[in-house]
Amino acid sequence: MDFLRPTSWADALAAKAEHPDALVIAGGTDVMVELNFDQRRPPALLDLGGVVDLTGWDVHDGRIRLGAAVPYARVITELGDRLPGLAIASRTVGSPQIRNRGTVGGNLGSASPAGDAHPPLLACGADVEVCSVRGTRTVSISEFFTGVKRNALEPDELVAAVHLDAASGPQQFSKVGTRNAMVIAVCTFALALHPRERTVGTGLGSAAPTPRRATEAEQFLAEELADTGRWDVPTALPDSVNGKFGDLAAAAAAPIDDVRGSSDYRKHAIRVLARRTLGWTWNDYCAGRQQCA
Amino acid sequence: MRVNVTVNGRSHQADDVWEGESLLYMLRERLGLPGSKNACEQGECGSCTVYLDGVPACACLVAAGQAEGRDVGTVEGLADGAQLDPVQEAFVETGAVQCGFCTPGLLVAAHDLLERDPRPSDTDVREALAGNLCRCTGYEKILDAVRLASDRRAERSQA
Repeated sequence: MDFLRPTSWADALAAKAEHPDALVIAGGTDVMVELNFDQRRPPALLDLGGVVDLTGWDVHDGRIRLGAAVPYARVITELGDRLPGLAIASRTVGSPQIRNRGTVGGNLGSASPAGDAHPPLLACGADVEVCSVRGTRTVSISEFFTGVKRNALEPDELVAAVHLDAASGPQQFSKVGTRNAMVIAVCTFALALHPRERTVGTGLGSAAPTPRRATEAEQFLAEELADTGRWDVPTALPDSVNGKFGDLAAAAAAPIDDVRGSSDYRKHAIRVLARRTLGWTWNDYCAGRQQCA
Repeated sequence: MRVNVTVNGRSHQADDVWEGESLLYMLRERLGLPGSKNACEQGECGSCTVYLDGVPACACLVAAGQAEGRDVGTVEGLADGAQLDPVQEAFVETGAVQCGFCTPGLLVAAHDLLERDPRPSDTDVREALAGNLCRCTGYEKILDAVRLASDRRAERSQA
């Protein structure tokens, strides 16, 4: 096995081009488990920990460029105001030790259906900045996940950053797990209201072969809010709207039975999480909270 | 491969490190620092918690090569010579140590918490220690230890 330690982004891209079968290691919180348990023996490890370019974030015109190697702990402490949905999800990742090391870029690289960062990225309409020695391209988060633990990266490509708008409305995330910390999600749901665009964003985790949006639920709610004038004059939502939103979210799920939960349970849980996060975000919206980031 | 790392303020050089090896293995088996314990090897139990560049991490989930040129702090580095850190004293005094296997990781995690927040609430303590499993104490004595250590540190800083 080789251990590749590039110290610049250019060197990292060159190394990935030269060793397309190298396993990329960022925080190590996923990769090292597989190595420790002899589940994977890649010909090389490509450590991105020495690439300083990946460890920062900045803002241009209200859009945030989040470097691939920014750990969850920093998303929580530094970006909770601008990216509340992603920050709430980040708080549910593992333990403090894991949040200190695990990164959003690593989550995208692993592309697990249960990755906690994925639903809020879907709900926010994030774009993934992908680079290789051939150049840079942008992949919409909706098209990034191509299968169970598979993503749209070509063998010579690395995730450089994620781009997403600072919140213009309330965002929420909720997760079902068997305890309050250190759990892989049984299922998760993320919701973002985008009052400026008058759209709604959702993301489902651990509820289908890939993280995915509940597009019918998004459209239903956005139209409902537009038709009733509630974007401008927010008043309490009738139970029928909450219920239908939950039903449409559950209909978007295609979960499996596994050790963490049955398919039926996951569908039920998605329905409950969707209703519940809608209640929270709508309360915030009515109270005028988080309308301006 | 060769890995150069500073551990508890001392420079070390480890040779013949396997590329897929963890920092935990390197600390224990190559550098003779068995304080960090190896239990789950998947980041679930926290017994291998160390400081990496001042930030707590599970040493089992850090590749040894990722520690190249970095600063590692283990439980062996908490005491000042024979003088135990207040967190260590408090663990001993409150009976927060039973079999002792989780203790090194809990000490580093609790030490980090008190460095960041000298007066944590019980909720803060529970959240900060959520990544460290203990199968003996039932955690209550560990909570007592962190409260006592917090008081001790406050007394010492006033003295």
